[in-house]
Amino acid sequence: MPVIIPVDSVGLVSPTTLHIDNPITLDCGRSLPSYDLVYETYGELNADKSNAVLICHALSGDHHAAGYHDAEDKKPGWWDSAIGPGKAIDTNHFFVVSLNNLGGCKGSTGPNSFNPETGKIYGPDFPIVTVSDWVRSQSVLADHLEITQWAAVIGGSLGGMQALQWAISLPERLRHVLIIAAAPKLSAQNIAFNEVARTAIKSDPDFHDGHYAAHDTLPRHGLGLARMLGHITYLSDEAMGEKFGRELRTGTINYGYDVDFQIESYLRYQSSNFVDHFDANTYLLMTKALDYFDPAKAFDDDLTATMANIKAKCLVVSFTSDWRFSPDRSQEIVTALLNAGKQVSYAEIDAHQGHDAFLMPIARYIEIFQTYMQQVAAECGDNT
Amino acid sequence: MSLRIDLQIISDWIPNGARVLDLGCGNGSLLTHLQQRGISGYGLEIDNGKFADCIKAGVNVIQADLDQGLPQFADQSFDFVILSQTLQAINRPDFLLQEIARVGKQGIIGFPNFGHWQCRLQLTLGGKMPVSRTLPNSWFNTPNIHLCTVNDFEALCDNNKMSVLSRSIVNHEHKDTLGTRLLPNLFGQIALYQIKQH
Repeated sequence: MPVIIPVDSVGLVSPTTLHIDNPITLDCGRSLPSYDLVYETYGELNADKSNAVLICHALSGDHHAAGYHDAEDKKPGWWDSAIGPGKAIDTNHFFVVSLNNLGGCKGSTGPNSFNPETGKIYGPDFPIVTVSDWVRSQSVLADHLEITQWAAVIGGSLGGMQALQWAISLPERLRHVLIIAAAPKLSAQNIAFNEVARTAIKSDPDFHDGHYAAHDTLPRHGLGLARMLGHITYLSDEAMGEKFGRELRTGTINYGYDVDFQIESYLRYQSSNFVDHFDANTYLLMTKALDYFDPAKAFDDDLTATMANIKAKCLVVSFTSDWRFSPDRSQEIVTALLNAGKQVSYAEIDAHQGHDAFLMPIARYIEIFQTYMQQVAAECGDNT
Repeated sequence: MSLRIDLQIISDWIPNGARVLDLGCGNGSLLTHLQQRGISGYGLEIDNGKFADCIKAGVNVIQADLDQGLPQFADQSFDFVILSQTLQAINRPDFLLQEIARVGKQGIIGFPNFGHWQCRLQLTLGGKMPVSRTLPNSWFNTPNIHLCTVNDFEALCDNNKMSVLSRSIVNHEHKDTLGTRLLPNLFGQIALYQIKQH
């Protein structure tokens, strides 16, 4: 059934592919001779190119952040709650750029792409990319769009880490950074969850050491398990309890090992839906990019020193029930920024939705987000 | 927008170029005013509505609970730490005062004086908890859980090895009168102190 496109939507959008022939050298030491970046834009770039905003996506996100590809689409882009005319990232004022990261599986060069040197798909031979690599490749896209300085770089979760990395690595190229539901590095527990997800994928007999495409199969079971596990960490106990409780699927327990409870049914549905749209090698790569993210490592583990070069004004946001990247983790970023004497504001949003709260239209979150972005827009001057 | 008179007095105590931390910064009006004078700093605010006002004003604001102290701030990292009209709503004012002295080279503290003659009269003759212009709430719904007098505050400073650099004790219109000069604890309604650890 076709959707009726709401008035506060960016409407129908279509992606663009940028082919880059300059090689990129990655943190792992390997390089890609050429690569594609697929991206979408919403709103108009103003005359002095001062109103551009970069959106960085999280683990399973992509370039399709807002609007619809087709009037038949059931759902809009993944951050449609925040991007659109009159929304927090107001496309009446901003030119919004959202791309699929290198190593992704939605059009940018990644494990599913053909390796120009071998003529075969990369599969598990695709080099592992880091958050810094993403920032570098995103800056190539910015150069292409002739954006010398972003009005803001914005991201949640792994996207927030990219936003932070932008502020650290390329301080001159952004005026504001919004770091939402993120952390300055993963904890042992975070890495442990990622390792269970990877083990689930790698132990699927259909994984074939990552060469599943050559075997014309997919590690659906393993990727589905990884997604189930991830999904549990994105929600809070309270949110899950509120949504499903101990509700039974058929109204009675079956004294068997099939689905009894609604939550089981939901997880199975989420995972089977996911495996049709996401690549297992990309999932592995994304979790490694998360595990490796640690900008302070280059500064003797001194997070305050890491922040020293930042020029952007920072807004850091956390959510009370987020146990994947809890408010304490955001406060580590804030404390380092404060001790480095940087311009920073920090909001802790009361929300029961867990880590996923950053994607949701929670009134107070959106109010602060929108109010902040209105300040950013006011500075851009020449608004369209 | 003109600045509230007590905030104006605080502003006058702060030299240009100082680095300040405003605890319970409300809508950020003091920081906005100070920023115009080239004074940089941060506000701490727990209230959602006031927090958004600060963002709107372009003030750096950290959402935090003052009852938890100031763990995010390094020792002696600010020239001034300001606590205006909030001390009486804190769980442990003595602890927060120590935190202020740890983080700030100087502290500026403002509070309603519970030693004012009207408060004394209401309790002594009326036999009821005082309600006044500066303390408008009833005992059961007041956020002001730790009211003190000018004498109490000075004793607390003394116990914590803090000296008073200057003080301004005024009536509810923030004016000083003969009474507030001669008998500040009896005639002062609002007290402002500039303090420093010995």
